[in-house]
Amino acid sequence: MKHTLTISALALMAAGAAQAQELRFMCYQDGVECEAWADAFATFEAENDGITVIVDEVPYAAIIESLPVQLEVGEGPDLARVTDYGGLARFLLDVRPHVSDAASIDARYGQSLAWSRVGDNAADGIYHIVDQLTATGGFANATLFEQAGVDMPGPGATWDEWAEASRAVRDATGVDFAMAIDRTGHRFAAPAISYGAALFDDDGHALVIDDGFRAFSEQFVGWHADETMARDVWAGAGGGTYQDAAGEFINANLVMYYSGSWQIGRFDRDIGDAFDWVATGGICGPAACTGMPGGAGIVGFNHTQHPEAVAKVMEFIARDDVQAQVLARTRNLPANANLQAEGIAYEGVSDDVAAALTAFASSVPGFSDTAFALQGYQFNRAVYTTIPARITQAIVGELSLDEALERLEQDVADAIAAAQ
Amino acid sequence: MIGAVRLIYEGAFNLFEGPMRWLQRSLGTQRMVWVFLLPNLLIFGLFTYLPILLNAWYAGTSGDRILLGDRPWVGAANFATLLDCESYLNPNSCRRDLFWRAVHNTGWFVVLQVGFMVLLSLIAALILNRNIPLKGFFRAVFFYPVLLSPVVVALIWKWILQRNGVLNAGLDWAGMGTVNWLLDPNWAFFWIVFVSIWANMGFYVLILLAGLQAIPSDVYEAAEMDGTPAWRRLFRITLPLLTPTLLVVMVLSLIRAVQAFDEIYVLTGGGPGSATLLLIQYIYDVGFATRPRQFGLAAAASLMMAGVLMVLTLAQLAATRKRGEDG
Repeated sequence: MKHTLTISALALMAAGAAQAQELRFMCYQDGVECEAWADAFATFEAENDGITVIVDEVPYAAIIESLPVQLEVGEGPDLARVTDYGGLARFLLDVRPHVSDAASIDARYGQSLAWSRVGDNAADGIYHIVDQLTATGGFANATLFEQAGVDMPGPGATWDEWAEASRAVRDATGVDFAMAIDRTGHRFAAPAISYGAALFDDDGHALVIDDGFRAFSEQFVGWHADETMARDVWAGAGGGTYQDAAGEFINANLVMYYSGSWQIGRFDRDIGDAFDWVATGGICGPAACTGMPGGAGIVGFNHTQHPEAVAKVMEFIARDDVQAQVLARTRNLPANANLQAEGIAYEGVSDDVAAALTAFASSVPGFSDTAFALQGYQFNRAVYTTIPARITQAIVGELSLDEALERLEQDVADAIAAAQ
Repeated sequence: MIGAVRLIYEGAFNLFEGPMRWLQRSLGTQRMVWVFLLPNLLIFGLFTYLPILLNAWYAGTSGDRILLGDRPWVGAANFATLLDCESYLNPNSCRRDLFWRAVHNTGWFVVLQVGFMVLLSLIAALILNRNIPLKGFFRAVFFYPVLLSPVVVALIWKWILQRNGVLNAGLDWAGMGTVNWLLDPNWAFFWIVFVSIWANMGFYVLILLAGLQAIPSDVYEAAEMDGTPAWRRLFRITLPLLTPTLLVVMVLSLIRAVQAFDEIYVLTGGGPGSATLLLIQYIYDVGFATRPRQFGLAAAASLMMAGVLMVLTLAQLAATRKRGEDG
């Protein structure tokens, strides 16, 4: 009798172990994203008996550097929060066959879902759910404008108008810099598209140097020569190194800063009441007023032992109520169309932050298709890292602009060829 | 207590005596040496020779995959790409212009950094070898930067040299105007040489000091009795007797200069433009920092660099040997 009980207990434990599915979720956070998801997963686990999601918080560098190596050798987590959809595309799990309502996910996340439908991935696959839509755009120091007595350009203002106004404010107030753009091709792409750059050829290959791209490049290099742009940001580094100018903006040493919505939380925390700042939304060129979309999303990996469980997590993450709850805490923009229409009731945000979030959110629907296409391009990282390397050479006079643009086109082509 | 420790110590060694005797009987005295060498050879082979072989293999492949099996074999294509140039003296005429800019920058960096480093280290060592006040303190001052992490060194100098840094604050206070030290290509190059010398000089001063102290004092005493002037003693006694040490310093500093990366990467990031881009950073950028990662090209560049380093080292060693034979 004793033996029978023991064997039964062991059999039950074995069956339980076989049913229990533990999923590892590698997560990085700009603010409190991982904490918000860890809390949300408590609800998921209550609704899905036997599935546990363990959130492993890691630095962003681990997502960029370690995760691809782990995946390459068939290791790594079941889920992760990533930004490089194109680079990781071949490792991603298509959850479409496992979710109960794929059409609803398509309808709500349609535009961003395309970002990982690249290479050999299915054209209708569901590979990721964006939980932090970002949009590039400008920030202006309203207090400096007020002190200088210069009218701040309004919605729909052009890059030229912003440059002129920012120079006037800089000269009147004595701060060091009029304008700055983060040193990355991602930020550079938005004004280039606004100046008419098509970026892709008819076959969908980047990078095409056309009149629009050349026009903004010329303008950008010129703005460095006449010191409209903070030289320290682009000329202060080499290669494809990323560099931002947030520190100068926070120190009220910069009039207008082109970065993105992910800076809102940092500005709210670090600037506080020191001065007033506003988000400018999209800035216009002759052809468009676009910014660049981007952002982090949650993906499942095709090496997972539990694809159905991963799909359940992804479907949970995509739910409107779950997204609304997490976004309210993380203060990020929604990629979910329903939530974009309804708006998010952000928790405990100041008026400046609320206005900035609204300005960025309302600018996204006006973004150009080219901007979305570049964000979903499999080799967009080659474009993003090569632009600063070559344009900087033109800024510091190592190459003429024509030589730099020729090299830029060749570098991207070489990098793509080497990867294929 | 000491007796107990000694017993344990001896016991531990005696534990090996039996197996060792058995091994020696089985293998013979001649082969026994391999038993002692094997662990070291295994570690060396695994962590040094195997990576070199893997690097050579990667240099012959293409693609952005990590596993060798997934990488297409392209033979010498990566080397051909790097060497595709109309004129090696003009990087703009090369297909991989940044590689050749890095080669040129590294060449200048090595010439200037090694040249000034050896000269300044020698001067400092000669001064510190004399009976000057606070000699110990000054020796410590020269050696202190060697103890710092290269990243710390770079950050300290970045705070000094940046637009609103300490140096510009001083110049501004003195009414001399300010300079964007790290945004001007020439100044940026000057500062990477300067900072690199500042950070590493102490190590070479120490080696040269040891060399100076190894010169027998009776040689100087005899020269002094003969009324030999100080400058003649320097050129006829000190420098000839210090030559072997100087050659060691030159070989070490040359290898280190070609490998320079961390301080410069943090200080300038290779910029402005490619003004301070050196070979190691080029290899890092191509292999790891840019996407898609071009491991094959990076491996080929590193093999070429290793080849040049080997030639330079062998040339210096040959010069040392010749000098030894002549002397």
